[in-house]
Amino acid sequence: MNSQIKTRLARIWRAIALPLVLLAAWEAATRLNPVDPHLLPPLEDVVARGWTESRNGDFLTALLASLGRDLAGFAIGALIGTASGLALGFLRPAQAILGPTLRAHRQIALFAWVPLIAVWFGAGEPGKIAFIALAAFQPSLINTWRGVQEIPDRFRELAAVLTFSRLDFLRLVGIPAILPAIFTGLKAALIYAWQATIGAELFMTIAPGIGGVMMQGRQLFQMDLVLLTILLLGLVGAGFNTLAGLSETLLLRRRTS
Amino acid sequence: MTDLHHASHLHTPHLHAVEDTPAFEATAGTGRNTVLSLTRVSKHFDVAGRRVQALSDISLDIQEGEFLSIVGASGCGKSTLLRLILGLDRAYEGSILLDGEKVKRPGLDRGIVFQEHRLLPWLSVEANVAVALRRSKLSARQKRDTVRWHLQLVGLEKFAEAYPAQLSGGMQQRVAIARALVNRPRFLLLDEPLGALDALTRLRLQDELKRIVRQEGITTILVTHDVDEAVYLGDRIVIMQPHPGRIAGILPVILPHAGDDSRNRSDAAFLRLRDHVLGQLGVGHGDIAIQAAE
Repeated sequence: MNSQIKTRLARIWRAIALPLVLLAAWEAATRLNPVDPHLLPPLEDVVARGWTESRNGDFLTALLASLGRDLAGFAIGALIGTASGLALGFLRPAQAILGPTLRAHRQIALFAWVPLIAVWFGAGEPGKIAFIALAAFQPSLINTWRGVQEIPDRFRELAAVLTFSRLDFLRLVGIPAILPAIFTGLKAALIYAWQATIGAELFMTIAPGIGGVMMQGRQLFQMDLVLLTILLLGLVGAGFNTLAGLSETLLLRRRTS
Repeated sequence: MTDLHHASHLHTPHLHAVEDTPAFEATAGTGRNTVLSLTRVSKHFDVAGRRVQALSDISLDIQEGEFLSIVGASGCGKSTLLRLILGLDRAYEGSILLDGEKVKRPGLDRGIVFQEHRLLPWLSVEANVAVALRRSKLSARQKRDTVRWHLQLVGLEKFAEAYPAQLSGGMQQRVAIARALVNRPRFLLLDEPLGALDALTRLRLQDELKRIVRQEGITTILVTHDVDEAVYLGDRIVIMQPHPGRIAGILPVILPHAGDDSRNRSDAAFLRLRDHVLGQLGVGHGDIAIQAAE
């Protein structure tokens, strides 16, 4: 037991060592060889800024606005993406008709869609959510599709021998077999959607949100604010990742084979 | 074919498929009907533009209640043969008749145990057996009872709630056997079911298979590359040779049963028969084997 805790502590220590070193380097850079504090404000300024921003509540409002937008886009994109992946995998004609187009679609950089989406959906809220949804759509589609293709032949054969109906095959073999792949897709979609959220807030119209705060910091040349938002973005992303990992182990716990 | 009469104490070995030999009558008893009949079955695959003959001219009659062992080296098409009987593959020449009807598709009258257990890792032992009853007309209660009964049959009633990953290899394969039997099929097809198990577990499961098959009175086809296993379990042994897969001989197994139906593996007659089969496969001892392989 004791050694288990020890190895755990060692792992945490190794994980936070590099961030600590970077913070120390930051601190050293601002103190020893004074970099222009306008370009790189000292660490304590950023912390102080975080404190004041969180007290007046604007920052929280911005964060919630971003998260709401992010989750709306994620939900739409992941739902359509996963459903299309299932259709592509299980329906042969769908695969023949849609497969090549979707593979080509993958080659187009995500941000290349911004102008088109801005025109179609407007640069306001619907456009932003459409863009986030597109970002979430890709990985959930691709992973689900691949998951269906990778259902082991031995299970397909078993289903044939047991004369399963299509529905039984889906329920007893298909869906459980591709669940890990769907999860991988949703996890990637969560991260892509969060990136797209900030992208939409920076490149489309100003709206309440973290991206807006960031733009404001840039325009007012408040680097402490910009750095603060960057740190926050990383924290939220890490939070998403942890959450997804936890729910995956919880849901798929029995699949250790 | 060369002289194999050193084994003449076993009745004359039949080097070609011969149906209803007197020797067979002696083992299988009288009044048994042919329930599965293969006539001139051939099967080829197209591999990278080349035609590979997997099975050539297989003719075989299987009697009701019989335990037939098919033995051969890998690549002799014995597993392909089972796939055809299962109805998983319909592209072949010749005919496969089940009670006089052509096999068209898989059916619950044929249960199969594969070499890998093929249990669904996300279902419990009980649920893994129960999936075979999806198409059954039994009531929910009857299904529950028959699943439990079959788990008892393979000695795993205490592990009903366990998941496949929590079981040993031998236990996993026993669950697969229960799943194959739960529909009370007329045929039990075994595709090297014990091939992936350790030697001790394999011996134990051979006895268990024998007991179960006797108890259920089910017609069984066992495909194996283990000659010892084929002789130990079979009423008849079909010897197959590769390139192309064909029947090299069919031997009846007439061995005394020691006590409760199990054959004595160290018995002289057992060893002679085993060596004879090995000889026909071309892997026996000394000149017998070499002659037989020619």
